[in-house]
Amino acid sequence: MQDYKAPLRQFIEENFMMGSGGKTFTDSDSFMAKHIIDSTGFLELVLFLEETWGVTVEDDEMVPENLDSLDHLQGYLTRKRAA
Amino acid sequence: MATRPLGPHVLELDLAAEVERICAWMVDAVANTLHRRGVIIAMSGGVDSSVCAALAVRALGTKKVFGILLPERDSSHKSADRGALVARHLGVTYELQDIAPTLEALGCYRQRDEAIRRVFPAYGDDWKCKIAIAGGAKGGINFFRLIVQSPDGTMEEARLPIREYLQIVAATNHKQRIRKTVEYYHADRLNYAVIGTPNRLEYDQGFFVKNGDGAADIKPIAHLYKTQVYALARHLGLPDEVCNAVPTTDTYSLAQGQDEFYFSLPYDRMDLALWAHNHGLSAAEVAAGLGIPEEQARFVLGDIDAKRRTTHYLHARPLLVEPVTEIAG
Repeated sequence: MQDYKAPLRQFIEENFMMGSGGKTFTDSDSFMAKHIIDSTGFLELVLFLEETWGVTVEDDEMVPENLDSLDHLQGYLTRKRAA
Repeated sequence: MATRPLGPHVLELDLAAEVERICAWMVDAVANTLHRRGVIIAMSGGVDSSVCAALAVRALGTKKVFGILLPERDSSHKSADRGALVARHLGVTYELQDIAPTLEALGCYRQRDEAIRRVFPAYGDDWKCKIAIAGGAKGGINFFRLIVQSPDGTMEEARLPIREYLQIVAATNHKQRIRKTVEYYHADRLNYAVIGTPNRLEYDQGFFVKNGDGAADIKPIAHLYKTQVYALARHLGLPDEVCNAVPTTDTYSLAQGQDEFYFSLPYDRMDLALWAHNHGLSAAEVAAGLGIPEEQARFVLGDIDAKRRTTHYLHARPLLVEPVTEIAG
């Protein structure tokens, strides 16, 4: 199974945390609950998914269960790209 | 936990006492804290600015209130008409300045339309547009849809990618910032303070432009729910056109309600949801009070928190490395 978590973690750390080192997050942590990504940030994350892996995130897929942790993103991208 | 079920009664006010309280505060704030000689109020014709103007007249008298009407290409002519109506009703001096030429020179309309054309290439100068929020009220992540209308009336819509969304918002934010620039010109000229007119729902949920309509010296109704502002409008005897005005953004060329653009529910129900959230009511209690499914109530409450997080930056003052204690406060 392709690992999406490493490039996603790198993107999130560089883009949203700017290497500040002030916060850490586990694979299961909610980005919203940890105040790492807000609504606008999720739109940036969606663009990253679409440009990096060529997927199209549909409106009804814009839900926390798909996007709001590395674990959720791993599952979402795995399902999406297998479809 | 509230002891009574959620309903409109929770927002009832002693209107006369509230008017007296706000007016006393306004006199003290303007004279003793800000040391200004009067107030500037941009009058959109909506209920918020009209109530603020009426309160200012009640507090300071007509001679210390200067009204400004600031229409532009996409604002409804009804707004300026209603603003003028209120100014005349209150007996305040006012001036109308069309800010469309300034916005044109800044590139506001061109920058916005460039972004729209990246989504709808056929979009022309004679088309109309608006933005609508989606997602949050259904438990999803908030995103925005762009809706356009061609001259023959055909409507099209699509989700806005982040770059286009940000550019459209950045371009249209020129409108609120130019209005504020004009307001402060008159404030400086007259040595007056500028009134900001957000109600509690707008203030809490970050429904304003930083250094645009968010900029002001005093915000007399930021503690009041929109429902309470309407009640004050009626109490203050403002014209029916104001008391019955439907809240709009008046920013995009297609008609657009505030709930469509930003909030999860119409304002009267959003007020109750926000009040309930502020008073610790459960999703079940909100659902019962608003007559919506409990799941939707949970989404609405979650969306209130999401908007608070996303718009925290709008409220933030410039950050300093360390406090400069000599001028704190």
